Amino acid sequence: MAETKNSRNGHGSQKGTFKVKAGLAQMLKGGVIMDVVTAEHARIAQDAGACAVMALERVPADIRKDGGVARMSDPTLIRSIMEAVTIPVMAKCRIGHFVEAQILEALGVDYIDESEVLTPADEEHHIDKHDFKVPFVCGCRDLGEAARRIAEGAAMIRTKGEAGTGNVVEAVRHARAVNAGIRKLQGMNRAELVHEAKLIGAPVEVLAECKRLGRLPVVNFAAGGIATPADAALMMQLGVDGLFVGSGIFKSADPLKRAKAIVAACTYYNKPDVLAEVSSGLGEAMRGLEIPAIPKDELLAARGW
Amino acid sequence: MQGAFAEHVRALEASGARTRLVRTESDLDGLDGLVLPGGESTTMTMLMERVGLLAPLRHAIEKGLPVLATCAGMIVLAREVTDAMAGQEGMGLLDIKVRRNGYGRQVDSFEAGLQIDGIGDRDFPGVFIRAPLVESIGDARVIASYEGHPVAVKQGHITALCFHPELSGDLRLHREFVRMAANGSAR
Repeated sequence: MAETKNSRNGHGSQKGTFKVKAGLAQMLKGGVIMDVVTAEHARIAQDAGACAVMALERVPADIRKDGGVARMSDPTLIRSIMEAVTIPVMAKCRIGHFVEAQILEALGVDYIDESEVLTPADEEHHIDKHDFKVPFVCGCRDLGEAARRIAEGAAMIRTKGEAGTGNVVEAVRHARAVNAGIRKLQGMNRAELVHEAKLIGAPVEVLAECKRLGRLPVVNFAAGGIATPADAALMMQLGVDGLFVGSGIFKSADPLKRAKAIVAACTYYNKPDVLAEVSSGLGEAMRGLEIPAIPKDELLAARGW
Repeated sequence: MQGAFAEHVRALEASGARTRLVRTESDLDGLDGLVLPGGESTTMTMLMERVGLLAPLRHAIEKGLPVLATCAGMIVLAREVTDAMAGQEGMGLLDIKVRRNGYGRQVDSFEAGLQIDGIGDRDFPGVFIRAPLVESIGDARVIASYEGHPVAVKQGHITALCFHPELSGDLRLHREFVRMAANGSAR
């Protein structure tokens, strides 16, 4: 819960307000958040210029390969990663698993990803995120899903893409869907907005805010399938605020070099000469998967509602 | 480079300034003032070094370019950085010693009202996000404190803040900076 205390100056201070929760996401903008499974990976990510890391036991490509139930990581691993780096550390909990979220908050992680990459714990409800001091990021495939997560208290959104595939096509689909959803609102009057809210299952107040701002009211990153500097720049040019890169870095031939290149591509996304330079000689990218080759019930993006 | 630059752009333009994002050396030409935004100081410093922006930036600030530095920007300018990443050094242009994330992790991030010299009596809404802690100061002048530590300092043409005025909705600090930068270029 957000707590209040009176400072010596008598001005009062408040922790865990929505402003500071959404504010950290503002600070991450234009940056790359990298999946790491060891403290050593975390240091490589930090050295490469990551603006935050996501602490995990397995990257999505391995979760996909191994199957079984994927859960929150062991706190020992998360702590070792928090000790290894000074940049913010995020960790994932299962959709709807508010106790995993309470544990992650107690560990002091800087952001929680309520993630479809892990096996959902609740098939109807996501976590009521307003109750936490720690901020949450949630995945979405379109505007309706983004708006529902924001209504539940998400302080940051990411498009889902299809994690662990090294294939950017789903990330593009989802980013375009969010953009198109917001553009569609621009010409609507209030009555039409209410109708649209009904159609896409979104709270009308969140849609009204999206219409007013011409964008989501919180920071929106892209995730799921980004494997090259060109993928990174593609997503940035589609208008996202920053990137999550998971399996794409540590499943490639030269992680440090690729990580640095993707960081540079995220800043210089509209400078093709810089992109040409940083894309050169990176060694092999992760192999990648064609989406139609994945059985329908193994698609991660379909988890969450 | 990386961080909350869009919010600064909005606040500066609402304060009557024209703005430009600085990503390469040539972007520095003809500026009257520069904002070093919040973000991850390690990421910013590394990117600036990699593209050769760090040295020209230091040179421009040394020559008197007015600067408003918030959070990570303060760390980038500092004389001494505690808890820095290996190889991460401040530019040494601002005479303070600062501890990265000195107020704790994200769950400790907070909002607090601040009294700031030179912008009137009304409390300024201070938004502190994994904020740096000013441990000691040399030549810099303190213009606001919170719980016994400086949170806003001024040294010549440099103003540096531990908090985020660009997220506060209060334009007084941005207006003051735009006024200062405009005076500087008129001289």
